[in-house]
Amino acid sequence: MQEKVSRRTFLQVAGGAVLSTSLAGCFGVGSSQTTTGNSSATITIWDIRTGSEQQVVQSVANAFNAAHTNIHATVNFFQNDPYKQKLQVAMGAHNPPDVFFGWGGGVLKSYIDANDVYDMTADLNADPAWKNRFLPAVMSSVTFNNKIYGVPNSGMQPVLFFYNKNVFNQYHLSPPQSWNELLQVITTLKQHNVIPIALAGGSKWPYLMYEEYLVDRFGGPSVFDAVFNNQANGWSQDAFIKANAAIQQLVSMGAFGSSFASVIADTNQDAALVYTAKAGMMLQGNWNFPVFQTNSPQLVQSGNLGWFPFPAVEGGAGDPKNIAGNPCNYYSISKTAKSPQNCVTYLKDAVLSDDNVNKLIALGDVPPVQGIESRLASSQNGAWLQFNYQMVQNAPHYQLSWDQALSPQAAQALLTNLDQLFLKQISPHQFSDSMNKTISA
Amino acid sequence: MAASIKPSRVAQRASWVAVLWVLPALAFYALFALFPMFIALYLSFTQWNGLSPAAWVGLQNWVTLFSDTVTGHALLLTVELMILSWIIQTPLSLLLGVFMAGVQRYRSALSVFYFLPLLFSAVAIGLTWQSILDPNFGLLNTLLDTIGLPGLTRGWLGDPTLTFYVIVGLISWQFIPFHALLYMGGARQIPGELYEAANIDGAGRVQQFFSITLPQLKYTIVTSTTLILTGSLTYFDLIWVTTGGGPGYATRILPLQMYITAFQNEAVGYGSVLAVLLAVIGIMLSLILLRFTGFTRMSSQREGL
Repeated sequence: MQEKVSRRTFLQVAGGAVLSTSLAGCFGVGSSQTTTGNSSATITIWDIRTGSEQQVVQSVANAFNAAHTNIHATVNFFQNDPYKQKLQVAMGAHNPPDVFFGWGGGVLKSYIDANDVYDMTADLNADPAWKNRFLPAVMSSVTFNNKIYGVPNSGMQPVLFFYNKNVFNQYHLSPPQSWNELLQVITTLKQHNVIPIALAGGSKWPYLMYEEYLVDRFGGPSVFDAVFNNQANGWSQDAFIKANAAIQQLVSMGAFGSSFASVIADTNQDAALVYTAKAGMMLQGNWNFPVFQTNSPQLVQSGNLGWFPFPAVEGGAGDPKNIAGNPCNYYSISKTAKSPQNCVTYLKDAVLSDDNVNKLIALGDVPPVQGIESRLASSQNGAWLQFNYQMVQNAPHYQLSWDQALSPQAAQALLTNLDQLFLKQISPHQFSDSMNKTISA
Repeated sequence: MAASIKPSRVAQRASWVAVLWVLPALAFYALFALFPMFIALYLSFTQWNGLSPAAWVGLQNWVTLFSDTVTGHALLLTVELMILSWIIQTPLSLLLGVFMAGVQRYRSALSVFYFLPLLFSAVAIGLTWQSILDPNFGLLNTLLDTIGLPGLTRGWLGDPTLTFYVIVGLISWQFIPFHALLYMGGARQIPGELYEAANIDGAGRVQQFFSITLPQLKYTIVTSTTLILTGSLTYFDLIWVTTGGGPGYATRILPLQMYITAFQNEAVGYGSVLAVLLAVIGIMLSLILLRFTGFTRMSSQREGL
């Protein structure tokens, strides 16, 4: 007798068929590798710039794509702090973008040591016009063993004090030129219930700026160089103790207000304090200038945004003209890029080309490019631009931010220890002891 | 005819098909949960920065674990988080849930509102609260200033003594509605006859709550407790986005310490040690909870009804 297929059997077989088909989808059986546009090679670029700078980067990329029909460049933008982790994970998985944004220094070196970065020395040497475009001083952060691994892509970024001239004028203050004068300005502002200095402690890296400048002012560049070269107990040098004591003095005076540890830099809350006149000054990178321009254009256009370099410290051994900050930012090419030559073409034609330089100058950035003095002088924010350019030109020493210069582990320990120092949870000696442990023999 | 001991052909085929159904889920679980656990165990014996090849160092990382004060502090914070979460969330959710179970008309509308915090991603909640709690421009401090209480303003996420409790509060905000829904569902299942009988016997509302509602909700409380304890043991997103473990080490619980060690400090080997530690604690916790609450026995609460 013929067996009728029962409903249960039918459902079992049908269910099994559906399940196995969906499994096949999971494992990509039969899926084809689709390419968007077979004739154009795509290069991906990762960047972190925001606001008006991001628009410049995007327009430069669009112009490049229009001019080069066989290469298509796509730029992806991320926020600063999450980007650092994202890039590291991508590098570790050997799946980074073709071109990536960076700061040079110890972090880039760790990628180079892992054999993940393309050596562009030969390409630069083959095109002297390209190589000589940049100021030599900024190339040291991306040069290791006489090989070059990146090119500048942004303006130079020294750290300096911004101040609100309206606030200063109201209390008859002038920009301090020495440490004692700075303390006086802080005391006056405190008496009038104005936060003397805005500090984005929540992001931790702004703490570095005080440490870098104070250590340099007290002891000169050799102090950090000793630490960088793994000298035993390097962090116990006198300049560190003095600098940390000075920092805790500022905190005790209330120079940063009472809630500086909750303020975040990625959303520019510290700049907001200055342009809303809740704070008088801010020690930050010059990349904040476009932030002021966009969020408080009246303050900038009326000339009420002022700036001055970190004051000299009485009795200090360091040259007051030394500066700290980021020499600039760089683009590097990953070893896994499918077509390094296309990436090189992008870097040559789009990055810090004349068009790019003009757009950056219009924003108030100072690219590390030779021969632009006249363009700076004649541009809209001429005074600001020339101040920056000269500050860099005249600086005997330009210190790269420590969290980029040091190895990632030491950098993280430094940030956490600074956090505790500013919160007065540890003393300067405890800071030095804790940091000495990160020096690898 | 002798009785056959062999299971019938239908039963045999059914059990064979059952294995087939389970296989994909089992394969998925083995590939994405069991296999990585063994990899983490292997990595805990190496030193690896995530970029260059891993170097075998044996028990060195495990020895470091015992002298690491930061991890010890992280462990203490995690335990504190678990206890505080339970103490704050359970009574509030219980009262809220039992209250909501009684009111008929607005129940469905209010349930929607209650579920909303759970639908938002932890990152979105973290960023929003970070903005609200900003000391200078945030909503909370501005509100306190406006209604004439400037003395209550604080650096909510920057004060080392306060931040941890603010985080506990945010987590409670996110999850109390969910647990209230659990209790509401549990309370609605309690048979009305029990309350009627109690009324006849002259029991007041408070006595009814402690004598009828709470015992009947035993397994809901167990479920909710398990979720709270295991959830707060491994919770990461909200805390990472709002404070990143800071200020100092004030909110660096064990999952955050694990992430920071493995990815920010580029010490994946030592981070794996912490990962294994976390997994072991989680497994032990689950076993203890199941054992001591009699959950597996699933005894009924309705004898005699």
